[in-house]
Amino acid sequence: MSAPAAWTIPEVRSALDARKISARELVKEFYARIEQRNAELNIFLALSPERAYAQADRIDAAIAAGDALPTLAGVPVAVKDVISTRGIPTTCGSRILEGYRPAYDATAVTRLEHAGAIVLGKTNCDEFAMGSSNENSAYGPVRNPVATDHVPGGSSGGSAAAVAANLAVAALGSDTGGSVRQPASFCGVTALNPSYGRVSRYGLIAYASSLDRIGPFTHTVRDAAAVMSVIAGRDTRDATSASVPVPDYAAGLGGSLRGLRIGIPDDYFGEGIDPEVRKKIEAGIALLEKLGCRRVSIRMPNTEYAIAAYYIIATAEASSNLARYDGVRYGPRVPGATLIEMYQKTRGRGFGAEVKRRIVLGTYVLSAGYYDAYYLKGQKVRSLIARDFREAFEKVDAIVTPTSPVPAFRLGERTANPLQMYLADIYTVTGSLAGVPGISVPSGKTSAGLPVGLQIYGPAFGEDRVLHMAHAFEQAGGQEL
Amino acid sequence: MKISREDVLKVAALANLELSDVEVDTYRSHLDDILTYIDKLNEIDTSGVEPLTQVVAASADDSALRDDVIVRADVITEVLQGAPDPEAPYFRVPRVIEK
Repeated sequence: MSAPAAWTIPEVRSALDARKISARELVKEFYARIEQRNAELNIFLALSPERAYAQADRIDAAIAAGDALPTLAGVPVAVKDVISTRGIPTTCGSRILEGYRPAYDATAVTRLEHAGAIVLGKTNCDEFAMGSSNENSAYGPVRNPVATDHVPGGSSGGSAAAVAANLAVAALGSDTGGSVRQPASFCGVTALNPSYGRVSRYGLIAYASSLDRIGPFTHTVRDAAAVMSVIAGRDTRDATSASVPVPDYAAGLGGSLRGLRIGIPDDYFGEGIDPEVRKKIEAGIALLEKLGCRRVSIRMPNTEYAIAAYYIIATAEASSNLARYDGVRYGPRVPGATLIEMYQKTRGRGFGAEVKRRIVLGTYVLSAGYYDAYYLKGQKVRSLIARDFREAFEKVDAIVTPTSPVPAFRLGERTANPLQMYLADIYTVTGSLAGVPGISVPSGKTSAGLPVGLQIYGPAFGEDRVLHMAHAFEQAGGQEL
Repeated sequence: MKISREDVLKVAALANLELSDVEVDTYRSHLDDILTYIDKLNEIDTSGVEPLTQVVAASADDSALRDDVIVRADVITEVLQGAPDPEAPYFRVPRVIEK
């Protein structure tokens, strides 16, 4: 089935301005599309039509009154199910939060709605954002709209697929070790993982707090820039959100890339990369050179330790964060004779396999006798990886890598071996540990028609630079390489 | 072997997590693979390296701190609606104090 037409944010705006469509009609159109495709693709876990139409009517009233419209007026968006939405089911893809309706909105959602965006509903994801294929959702996997027998990537697979299938104009995801960038690459859309602290985490249900970030999925880099300008910035409800001023990211797009130095880490092109992915990334780098960038070979010597450090730190933080799911305050409870037995049974039955595996690993690396050998060691290695990035950015303006060493794989193809699944996160976990921003933009397709993503890393709070470069890359035909 | 069945059971108890016998065996084997892989980290000398716990440095001017102002949330009804066994304004749990 061919996908319905894509809308970009400027297209929504000009259609509203020209009175070609009302916000209410646009929402109706997107719900009709969702109705038609969701049974097959399994992208949305909950829809919020009441809230969406109420917001659409506010936009239409503003148009009728001739009021100035906010930047995202009438833009239909989807929100990953780990991001809190008041009164709308928010399950994190887990049985343990079945039926949970938050009493508050995440700051990113509040800001989107304040800017006129319309929340259509909540998207499927790997349980508690733990996974790289969306197959860890308790509500079944999402199918990749580009090739429906393939995974959409993870953990924000539903958000990536919602944009790719034109069931939303933009979507919010969360990225802890690659969870917006990798599914964007698998589904052929754009996603930005902002610097740690750039977007408030208030209302983002925690997986690994020192790594978690919220980022947008869009069809175009310009749209990603527009969403970023809305959701970024200091929030008193998140003490780790930064006071760094937020530029008008969209205004910074355009202009030449001449003279920009792009670092290509030799260490990122070793074994394990699919030959077709390598070819497309080489072509992408060549395109950036044609646009005036200067290619510089760099070394990131601690890359090979990133996966090990990441899985220690992320699971340790997860084991602590997920202690709150105990059958007392939300979600279903499995009765037990004692309080402890109730906790054990509720958690044993409420969590899925990957979450339990990570809780056990995380508890182990934090437990007496192992803390220094694993957790402390992991944090020291994290320092070295952050240093690799700092030193690289003394020599180059950006770092260019594949987003994932492989294109989308078939459903069920990689579930038997968790370690193999973890190893494919290599290009994204490095930036997660270092806290730097990274964008994934489409960079051609394999011979089987599967999208490839090119990742551009910038220094902390260098979102403007990576957006500028990714925009030039996209405008020069990066997607068609 | 890096990790035994007993280790998995001990950790599961610390995490208040009920696991079936099959799960204990499966996770033991997966964790063994993962911990063996993690041993890679012993290849690098990290003596003298500070651990990185958080990439955002604590700001010197306390700008990350806000005034401690009491704001009424008024969400008790909404919050209790989602609880498995509410008795307003409380969450009820199995008895923990003996008579």
